[in-house]
Amino acid sequence: MTDIEPDDTVDARGAACPGPLMDLIGKIRSAESGDVIRLLSDNDQSLTDVPEWAEEAGNELLAVEELDDHNEFYVEKA
Amino acid sequence: MTEHVVIVGGGTGGTVLANDLADRLEPELDAGDVRVTLVNDDPDHVYKPVWLYVPFGQREPDDGRRPLDDLVDDAIDLRIDRVSDIDTEAQRLQFHGSAPPVSYDYLVLATGSTLEPDQIPGLTEGGHNYYSESGATDLRDELLEFTEGDLVLSVIGTPHMCPAAPLEFVFMADDWLRERGLREDVDITYTYPIQRVHGNPHIAEWARPIMEERDIQVETFFNAKSVDPDAETITSMEGTELDYDLLVTIPPHGGIDLIEEAGLGDDGWVDVDKHTLEAEAADNVYALGDTADTGVPNAGSVAHYQAGVVGQRLASEIRGRPATATYDGKTLCFIETGMDAASFVEFDYENPPSPAPPSEKLHWSKLAYNESYWLTARGLL
Repeated sequence: MTDIEPDDTVDARGAACPGPLMDLIGKIRSAESGDVIRLLSDNDQSLTDVPEWAEEAGNELLAVEELDDHNEFYVEKA
Repeated sequence: MTEHVVIVGGGTGGTVLANDLADRLEPELDAGDVRVTLVNDDPDHVYKPVWLYVPFGQREPDDGRRPLDDLVDDAIDLRIDRVSDIDTEAQRLQFHGSAPPVSYDYLVLATGSTLEPDQIPGLTEGGHNYYSESGATDLRDELLEFTEGDLVLSVIGTPHMCPAAPLEFVFMADDWLRERGLREDVDITYTYPIQRVHGNPHIAEWARPIMEERDIQVETFFNAKSVDPDAETITSMEGTELDYDLLVTIPPHGGIDLIEEAGLGDDGWVDVDKHTLEAEAADNVYALGDTADTGVPNAGSVAHYQAGVVGQRLASEIRGRPATATYDGKTLCFIETGMDAASFVEFDYENPPSPAPPSEKLHWSKLAYNESYWLTARGLL
């Protein structure tokens, strides 16, 4: 378990691709620089989508927690 | 006791459902056991797919407008009004002005999408769109003056109405400019928020080679952050800046505030069971079309099919039977690939789309359906 404290959480469980990534982008859009957003997704595509976008946008993917029924991504806005 | 069904929203979903119920519940409506009210804030029904053709001079906005009164069965109470509050505990709606509140036994929310261009600084001033009547006519005027330079089509908000329309626009613009002998003087760039050119990977895989073949430049992972109308640039959250001479965008979309205020879901979309279309946060509330957060495209065909499901479920519930009809994600779209050719896709929750080879026949099928849409709105097709 990570001890990162997110500033906000997006629960995109149940959403089809590209819903989780778009939900994350929407939340990052309105976040402040340095804010950490936690994304909850049960779509496996997020495991590639989210790291690719985070790198492209210059945001840092701090951690990915792979849980039984979903994954949690911690992204810090640059 | 008369059971009261209230449908809020007179777009495709709400109108098809009202006419579906008029037919399905005819005995109960005749006997006064059921009353169905359709509420809309505009006396006209608007068929938005017409707008894609307006910038190219092929349709007028009025081609997509008809009075709801002409389309909706006389057994339905049509109310032109604006809802100001939804109380799902008391099962009651408030209206703007001094009208008394209205109670419902079943509520269907079909309020659709609204455009929110102000989310992006400079977009209202610098961008054009074909997602509104005025936007489409303004864009038509701009296109008629546009003979050279950079045409940028940027998909900013997703989900947005008609996910195929951005691809259709660049394919049509490419063809239209070629026909007019201007294509060599115009660079077309298409931007999309994720790493491919469409949300659905199968459609993206199909479209990308066509874009390459037609010399349509692509910028993926492009989430517009701001537009500078003076410098004529659009900048992304990812740090890419594009020059434009004509900027066409799919603006950010949202649902209506009443939905969030009623605790039914975020951003104006109702959290629903994606099969039954029942709201998760309230009893006796359904949502359909764009309003229902199912993850399927915001498309008229979806609203149409969902209306049939909700109509069957409501009829079952009113007759005291278990509601068994479910929505399977069925979506059907024609995709214009130029001014004289189109493709076609059909898919659902389980089966992905496989775009048909573009043909003139499919193009004419799309235009023919657009003309016969008024039969769909009447619940006949």
